[in-house]
Amino acid sequence: MTAQPASGGEPFIRLVGVKKVFRARREEFLAVSDATFDVNEGELVSIVGPSGCGKTTLLKIVAGLFPHDGGTLEIGGAGSDFDPARDVGMVFQQPLLLKWRRVLENVLLPAEILGLPMGEARERARGLIDMVGLAGHEQKYPYELSGGMQQRAAIARSLVHDPRLILMDEPFGALDALTRERMNLELLCIWEQSRKTILFVTHGIAEAVFLGTRVVVLTAGPARMADRIDIDLPRPRTLDMKTHERFGSYARRIYHLLGVE
Amino acid sequence: MGPGLSAQTIWRWTAIVLVHLAVVLIWYIAVKVGEVPKFVLASPHETLLSLFDTYPWFHNTMVTTAEIFGGYFLAVVVGVGLALLFSWFRTVDALLMPLVVSLNMIPKVALGPLIIVWFDYGIQTNIIIAFSISFLPILITTARGLREVEPDLIDLVRTLRATRRQIFVKIQLPGSLPYIFSGMKVAVVLAVAGAVVGEIIASDSGLAYLIGQVQVTLDTAAMMMAVILITLVGVALYLIVLGLERLVVVRDARVETV
Repeated sequence: MTAQPASGGEPFIRLVGVKKVFRARREEFLAVSDATFDVNEGELVSIVGPSGCGKTTLLKIVAGLFPHDGGTLEIGGAGSDFDPARDVGMVFQQPLLLKWRRVLENVLLPAEILGLPMGEARERARGLIDMVGLAGHEQKYPYELSGGMQQRAAIARSLVHDPRLILMDEPFGALDALTRERMNLELLCIWEQSRKTILFVTHGIAEAVFLGTRVVVLTAGPARMADRIDIDLPRPRTLDMKTHERFGSYARRIYHLLGVE
Repeated sequence: MGPGLSAQTIWRWTAIVLVHLAVVLIWYIAVKVGEVPKFVLASPHETLLSLFDTYPWFHNTMVTTAEIFGGYFLAVVVGVGLALLFSWFRTVDALLMPLVVSLNMIPKVALGPLIIVWFDYGIQTNIIIAFSISFLPILITTARGLREVEPDLIDLVRTLRATRRQIFVKIQLPGSLPYIFSGMKVAVVLAVAGAVVGEIIASDSGLAYLIGQVQVTLDTAAMMMAVILITLVGVALYLIVLGLERLVVVRDARVETV
C-alpha cells in the first residue's frame, strides 16, 4: 500500500479495508474485499475496473445505500457536519429522468424531496441548467432531448441541492464515443466551477486517467484494490494530453494491473 | 407538443373518416348488387330509417349508456384502488395476486346468469356484470405500473432519504398513469360486452334487450341500428378515455395498445 500524499488535515472520505458480502440463499458472494483509499475534499477520483468487479457496489456503500460488512468508512472527516441525505448527489449510467416532468422540474426533484425553499432552488436549478449547457431547454420533456443532453440534465439534478460529494456510476457509458469525449471535457469544467468532490466509476481506462486526480484500480470480483495512482497531468486537461507520453504510461500501468497485456 | 392541428393530425383524421365511410359504401353496394332480402341485411338507409319506428330508442340508449358508464366507472375505481392496496401491502399482493390471475381466466360472460340469480335483473345488475368483466385488466395493468420503477431511480431518491409517501406521489403514481390508461382502454370494450350480456340474459330495457325483442319480428334494420348505437356508446366512452389520457400523460410515456 502506498502512502497517501500529505494533504494536511484529514481526508474527506477514508476507506480502510472495506468489505461487502452478499448472501443469497446459502451462497455467499464477496462483492468487495479490502478497499482502502482516501479521497481529499475537492478531488475527482476515478475508480476503474472490469465489469462486475464490484465498483458499483463500492459506490453504493459510499452513498449509504447499504452497509458494509467490515473495515471502516468515514465521510466528511471528524467533527464535520456531513449530512448523508443532503450532501450526496448521484448520476447513473441511465439518465433516469422522470418522463412526465420537464427538464427544470426534473432538476428540481432532489430539492423537492429534501424540502428546500423552492424559490431559491428554482434559481439554482436555472443556473445549473445553464452551466451544463442546456440553457433554453428548461421546458422540454426528456424525450425531446438527445442521450447526451439527458445526461447533462441528470448532472444538473445531482448538483441542485448543493451536495459536497457527487457519485457517478459510469455516467457516460451509454453515450457514443464522440459525445463521451465532449462530456468528459464538460465534466472537468463543471468540476472546476463547482469544486465538488467527485467519485467517478468507469471501466474506461483512458477516461479514468483523463478525468482523475487519482485513479483507484479494482480487479475483478471480488473488488480487490490493485493500486491507487496519482495522476500528475497539468490542468486544465485537454484532449491533446491523451497522446502525451505520461498519459500513455499511466494507462499502460492500469492495463498491466488489470491483466490486459 | 407542437401546434394544435398539424398536417399529420389532419391526415390521420381524414383517413379515419374515409375508412368508415368506405365500409358503409361497401355495405350499401353489397345489399343493392346482391339483392339481399331486407330481413337478412338491411341497407344503410333502411337501418337509419328504423330510428323513426316506434321503438323507445332514446330510453333504451340511456339505459345501456348508464350500465356501460356505471360499470366502467366502478371498474376504474375498484381496479385502481385494489392495485394501490396491492402495492402498499406486500402480503395482500402475495396472497391475492395469484387469485386475481386465476379469476381473470374465468370466462366472465359465463358469470352473467349467476350474477342475475344473486342480484335480480335490472340496471344495477347489468352495471355489476359490466364492472365484474372489466375491472381485472385495470387492476392488473395498474399493479404492474406501480411495480415498474427503475431500481436505480429508487436508489437515487433513497440517498436523499425520500419517504415512502414521496416515492409514491412523485415517482410511482405518475409513472403508473400510462399503464392505468392502457388497462382502461382494454376495459372499455369489456364493459360494453358486460352490459350487453346482462341485457340479453335477462332484463326489461336497454339496446341489447331491444335486439331480443325485435328479433322475433325479424326487424333486421332495427337490430342493426341497435348494434350501431351500442357501438357508438362504446366509442364515445373510448374517446373520453383517450382525451383524458392526452390531458394527463406526456406523449412519450403513453403505452400504445389498440
